[in-house]
Amino acid sequence: MNTQIVADRELAAASLATMWKIRRFEEAVEDLYGRGLMHGTMHLSIGQEAVPTGACLALNKDDYITSTHRGHGHCIAKGADMERMMAELLAKETGYCRGRGGSMHIADTETGNLGANGIVAGGIPIATGAALSAKMRGTKQVAVSFHGDGAMGEGAWHEGVVLAAMWQLPVVFLCENNLYGMSMSSEKAFNLDQLSDRAKGYGIPGVTVDGNDVQAVYDATKEAVDRARAGGGPTFIEAKTYRWRGHSKSDKNLYRTRDEIDEWRGKDPIPHFEALALAAGGLTQADIDAVRDNVRTELRSAVQRANAAPDATADDLLSAVYAR
Amino acid sequence: MTELTLAKALGSGLRRALSDDDKVVLLGEDIGTLGGVFRVTDGLQRDFGKDRVIDTPLAEAGIIGMAVGLAFRGYRPVCEIQFDGFIYPGFDQIVAQVAKLHYRTGGNVRMPLTIRVPYGGGIGAVEHHSESPEAYFAHTAGLRVVTCSTPQDAHSMLREAIASDDPVLFFEPKRRYWTKGEVDEDATGLPMGKARVVTEGTDVTLVTYGPLVATALDAAVAAADDGISIEVIDLRSLSPVDFDTVSASVQKTGRLVITHEASESGGLGAEIAATLTDRCFYYLEAAPVRITGFDVPYPAAKLEDHFLPDLDRILDGVDRALGRVNSLTGWSA
Repeated sequence: MNTQIVADRELAAASLATMWKIRRFEEAVEDLYGRGLMHGTMHLSIGQEAVPTGACLALNKDDYITSTHRGHGHCIAKGADMERMMAELLAKETGYCRGRGGSMHIADTETGNLGANGIVAGGIPIATGAALSAKMRGTKQVAVSFHGDGAMGEGAWHEGVVLAAMWQLPVVFLCENNLYGMSMSSEKAFNLDQLSDRAKGYGIPGVTVDGNDVQAVYDATKEAVDRARAGGGPTFIEAKTYRWRGHSKSDKNLYRTRDEIDEWRGKDPIPHFEALALAAGGLTQADIDAVRDNVRTELRSAVQRANAAPDATADDLLSAVYAR
Repeated sequence: MTELTLAKALGSGLRRALSDDDKVVLLGEDIGTLGGVFRVTDGLQRDFGKDRVIDTPLAEAGIIGMAVGLAFRGYRPVCEIQFDGFIYPGFDQIVAQVAKLHYRTGGNVRMPLTIRVPYGGGIGAVEHHSESPEAYFAHTAGLRVVTCSTPQDAHSMLREAIASDDPVLFFEPKRRYWTKGEVDEDATGLPMGKARVVTEGTDVTLVTYGPLVATALDAAVAAADDGISIEVIDLRSLSPVDFDTVSASVQKTGRLVITHEASESGGLGAEIAATLTDRCFYYLEAAPVRITGFDVPYPAAKLEDHFLPDLDRILDGVDRALGRVNSLTGWSA
């Protein structure tokens, strides 16, 4: 029996803070973009915060993750600093990639984050390679490859899972099924009742959980991670959730209904978690208010400091191609 | 010094790299138990173990993607792609991840991985087993693209590639795998980025690389009988190209012929002709000439001799550059 997160004051506060950080960070990004202060594009995971929060709770600092184009939540949950992330998105020298990567490419090897990735399923074999490195070095590290439902149609997904299964590598393939690959619904795209039904074909365990429930995601990830550390090989997890915002800034939401979006907004993972924590006695209303207020203050200060940092320069645009 | 075939010289380079640095690991299809289709990795799994010379299933995107993950964690993976045409399933990983990770992370992440690719025709195989896909990769910033033509270069350049902190596409001229030459495993110097003047000459600069260096040398000998002095340059590095060495030669000869097996359009020859025209415009006595494979898919084994540039076609190119009567058309250029 795993720890009941909502009943544990410290874990409950930390989990709630992580979800609020992701939510507030992305709301700030959306606002800055809308006001023309941020450039490029970005993909928001608002509504999906419980998945990275629950999954990373089961990981150690030196475990690895690979992330996706919708990766702010994974970075934050794995321990990335919001100021450096915001600086990256604002194209500042103080960003994680000195402003050269932007929203889709944050990599923070200090926290085991091997990179968000603009190529769908691009991180699958990379996480498998990191898992191979752990096995070769005889460490107990585990790699978690976050990906969306859309990745499961890609060839790289197949190849990465085949290799991981063959060598029984310590990797968890965590599918954040937000029900749409841009406009393609996963129900249409995959002739499966549950995406985890596919795991059997690869000879690995698979499970489907409620992706809006931190505890459910944590439990499934913990089981998979424990198995991987013990040499039991890879696991596939489908965490069902929902993306409130469009795929990216260009999305006009023509493929789904307002009713559907509203229905899922009613399953908002944050108030759901708060209610459970109150009921279980892990957090008081005062605790909950404090978490929310602290995150807001922290985020405001992160945005201000990031914005004050020097802009990324084009001085080494040509010379930075190769390692020096 | 030991006399080795080019394939054995590559194998001895891999062996030294595995001995010198325990972060070097080899990944590929059939490279372990079998020792590779061309036996380049023969004996390495026996001597270094299955954890360092890793037999993979058929999964090029998986192999290269895993190498990225290993490189992230401080390894120096060396991937073998069995044949040139098999690299395309891994293309996405190479151009979208391998090439760009260093740049997009502001230099925080290095990708010290080497991808070995037997390439080119002339062994009676067909498309997918005889192609020259180097230009795709030379077009991609962030990759180093190199190729060797002698056993010594094969050995030294491969070790240099593995030691490099940049990703290197290492193209091996498969029809020259059995070429023999003296190899000094203790040779110092870093040949990878520097073009080699193979033979000096004064009338025409003949630029080539990989499998056609030997053919170009034959052309130089044949032309000498006609009193024409050809300077043959082996590029070694296709990205970045050592334009200084080529420019110095063209400023001396005033005439430039480029030859490669890959198709003409959008090929390395186009890039070299354009850059040299830019750099040496007032030195050139004639337009640069390209002698290449034709703009067709790689043909069937029986027809490949028509596709590949040979001695006659290269000499015709030299004639054109010199404004001599062209033996193919009978017309002066």
